[in-house]
Amino acid sequence: MSESKDKKAINLTLKVWRQIGPDVKGSLETYHAGDISTDMSFLEMLDVVNEGLIIEGKEPIAFDHDCREGICGMCGAMVNGRAHGPEKGTTLCQLHMRHFSDNDTIVIEPWKSRAFKIIKDLAVDRSALDLIIQAGGYISANAGGAPDGNAIPFPQESAEKAMDAAACIGCGACVASCPNASAMLFVGAKVSHFALLPQGRPEAVKRVLAMVKKMDECGFGNCTNETECEAECPKEISITNIARLNREYLKAGFL
Amino acid sequence: MQLDSKVPDGPLSEKWDQHLFDLKLINPANKRKFEIVVVGTGLAGGAASATLAELGYNVKTFCIQDSPRRAHSIAAQGGINAAKNYSNDGDSIRRLFYDTIKGGDYRAREANVYRLAQISNNIIDQCVAQGVPFAREYGGLLANRSFGGAQVSRTFYARGQTGQQLLLGAYSALSRQIAAGKVKMFTRRDMLDLIIVNGKARGIVTRNLVNGNIESHAADAVVLATGGYGNVFYLSTNAMASNVTAAYSAYRKGAAFANPCYTQIHPTCVPVHGTYQSKLTLMSESLRNDGRVWVPKDSGDKRPPGQIPESERDYYLENKYPSFGNLVPRDVASRNAKLQCDMGKGAGETGLAVYLDFEDAIKRDGRDVIAKKYGNLFQMYEKITADNPYEAPMMIYPAMHYAMGGLWVDYNLMSTIPGLFVLGEANFSDHGANRLGASALMQGLADGYFIIPYTIGGYLAGTELEKIDVDDSAFKETADTVRSQIKKMLSISGRRTVDDFHRELGKIMWEYCGMSRTDEGLAKAKDLIVELKGEFRENALVPGSGAEFNQNLEKAKRVADFIEFGELMIIDALARKESCGGHFNADYQTEENEARRDDENYSHVSAWEYAGEGKEPVFHKESLAFENVELTQRSYK
Ligand SMILES: Cc1cc2nc3c(=O)[nH]c(=O)nc-3n(C[C@H](O)[C@H](O)[C@H](O)COP(=O)(O)OP(=O)(O)OC[C@H]3O[C@@H](n4cnc5c(N)ncnc54)[C@H](O)[C@@H]3O)c2cc1C
Ligand code: FES
Repeated sequence: MSESKDKKAINLTLKVWRQIGPDVKGSLETYHAGDISTDMSFLEMLDVVNEGLIIEGKEPIAFDHDCREGICGMCGAMVNGRAHGPEKGTTLCQLHMRHFSDNDTIVIEPWKSRAFKIIKDLAVDRSALDLIIQAGGYISANAGGAPDGNAIPFPQESAEKAMDAAACIGCGACVASCPNASAMLFVGAKVSHFALLPQGRPEAVKRVLAMVKKMDECGFGNCTNETECEAECPKEISITNIARLNREYLKAGFL
Repeated sequence: MQLDSKVPDGPLSEKWDQHLFDLKLINPANKRKFEIVVVGTGLAGGAASATLAELGYNVKTFCIQDSPRRAHSIAAQGGINAAKNYSNDGDSIRRLFYDTIKGGDYRAREANVYRLAQISNNIIDQCVAQGVPFAREYGGLLANRSFGGAQVSRTFYARGQTGQQLLLGAYSALSRQIAAGKVKMFTRRDMLDLIIVNGKARGIVTRNLVNGNIESHAADAVVLATGGYGNVFYLSTNAMASNVTAAYSAYRKGAAFANPCYTQIHPTCVPVHGTYQSKLTLMSESLRNDGRVWVPKDSGDKRPPGQIPESERDYYLENKYPSFGNLVPRDVASRNAKLQCDMGKGAGETGLAVYLDFEDAIKRDGRDVIAKKYGNLFQMYEKITADNPYEAPMMIYPAMHYAMGGLWVDYNLMSTIPGLFVLGEANFSDHGANRLGASALMQGLADGYFIIPYTIGGYLAGTELEKIDVDDSAFKETADTVRSQIKKMLSISGRRTVDDFHRELGKIMWEYCGMSRTDEGLAKAKDLIVELKGEFRENALVPGSGAEFNQNLEKAKRVADFIEFGELMIIDALARKESCGGHFNADYQTEENEARRDDENYSHVSAWEYAGEGKEPVFHKESLAFENVELTQRSYK
């Protein structure tokens, strides 16, 4: 795949996963995407294809998206077998067509994982990730009783590390790219975010046990250090967060 | 319709305290007898749902996205204001209040803004307690920066992802209440109508976006926190699903809509590059702290920026506003960019861009310093445009960003429909005619964590609420109306896609009701919109059926409402015969081309009451009294 900065238009062949509902068989269908400006984002390319399909009286391709600037975590698909496509640290909505060449064939498939059911075409149900957060991904602090924000100073370095972990957008790319469909990077990021902050310590033990338990219940697989998750994470969340999760979990077990 | 702001008596700084004392309380054991519907899980709705549940109410919460964590608030970059005065630079509640009132061009309610400034400090404390990783100094204390031209450093931030971190805080509090069974969460739901029983808001009708089911939900009070209507312009910095449908359905049911013409156009966004473009990306305005804005002196000069010598560049903001320079407020910066482009001096292929140049800053501070401050923004810019801002100036252009207008609410955040409360960007309350940077996040969280939890109690305690059930006729009738609207939309079978209508609406609004308006242009736009509305009803093409996951049907409903709402915006803009904040009407300007306010005749909130399909809305006025600040003309020269 070559990259070009010059404005131009390219022609593409798309092979897109079409599936009308969760319990129906799906298949790859072929579409032509002609005259695609290389300045377009990947989702804008899909918009153009969809407008064509609608005019022809065909069913447009369903895909999730919202912010279109790489922060909400709503978009995502496997592009030529890679979560969010070929660019490092990039969500699908931020992937631009200049990273593709004229006459490329692009295979577009939904996240495929036991824990994520397909809703339609490229849209999947990721509510299992919410269930994991509900199990313990919070600090129990009701509105009203908080001390002054500067009451507990803590090192800038921990705040920065916590922020690195908290940058997760919950898109599910880690799960989709893991051969075991593990959610360890997602859980590791959330556990780390709180474990690194003094406010998070009081509930650290309960939190890590509850979140890991829920993760297992939801049907996510185990981590066998494949590191695909880190490679494909659009926010480049580090797998050191998984190591921290493991440490927190072990520590919790010994208490 | 009576507009009673219910602002408590007494000195400004004691109003809220006194009001809290006067509000009736509900005994803790009785709270669980009340059912509250909250629509929206952005900062406002997320915070409200969690806090109401913490107090013991039974909450049902709704959002469009597949998870409450993905609300549009997630995209806010710059930061959140608070009057902590941690920087010891002379900030105070009074100063934050004053800046917000002045920034809003004296078109906001004093009492609300003062309360907002008071609560701002509690918000920071609450967020820290929840684990929001705000930036910190080496010593471990919270860091602040100055933002949006403020003269004090009062903005708290979490890298360029402040909205994300604040929202994740609210989302985690909400998740805890979902697990506790106090909040029932409904994702992938679109609120399409409001239920009124005996004059009070008693529930909503939603469409389940996965299977298309039309569902009814009953409640003792309804809270709308559904965000702003910026997407009426088609292209904006808002998320794709941001809409006016929920607010507009309440308007149709009798909630007054206030100041719809007040919209904020943000000056530093990545310019439009083609008709297929679906949204505009904001470049944080912190860039204007070091970047210099310029255009070629000669119109039609199409040379690449590097070949235009210093003497042939016009640093128009620095020249025109020597004391504020590149840091003039958003509305002034935006309007001037447009003026330059209108004169044919715009940069780039489309001519709709101005340069934001870091060459001098890099020379002065070195590349590393600039990279540390703006590295992630430069990277984002390069991702979108494939241009490197370290080497060539950025190109920027204004884009629709924020809606100051919204449903009218009183001091309790209750609309003109009893039992319907409106929070966050969806209400009109605190920003007047122009919002200052880093104050929307503050307002959303103030409304959600610290205002609605008390004021809703006052309403519930003092109101007689009949027993109702979703099988009552009011629910059935409203649900049937919604069903038949959907059926009608699907049966138009025209030839134009919904996106195509939306694009045309956006063009009309941007051209005639955007950065610079005129009475003549607005009148023309009104006709164009009426025409577009007619064409939509005959020629829209909405594929698929109502009983399935159908994203085009969702869009069709939103666009249909945006078209009608666009007309309301124009009616409001036409009625306001002055210029103020985000509403600049070229027919009302000073000799120096600045906004000319008319405090004598327009120091009021315009609130519009729906009068029925095809009828002009009825105008109502809430006069604004300023007892604590002196009205001055804004000057940045
Ligand atoms: C790019 C960008 C950067 C910004 N940066 C800043 C900043 O630095 N500082 C600052 O103070 N402000 C900033 N703002 C403004 C600020 O982010 C928003 O004003 C604020 O987040 C709005 O919050 P909200 O809770 O009112 O609504 P939103 O966050 O918009 O949430 C709306 C919620 O309502 C739901 N909803 C909407 N319609 C329906 C419906 N019909 N049915 C069901 N649910 C519905 C949505 O699903 C969502 O959950 C920025 C805005 C943008 C666009
Ligand atoms: S659409 Fe929000 S991250 Fe892509």
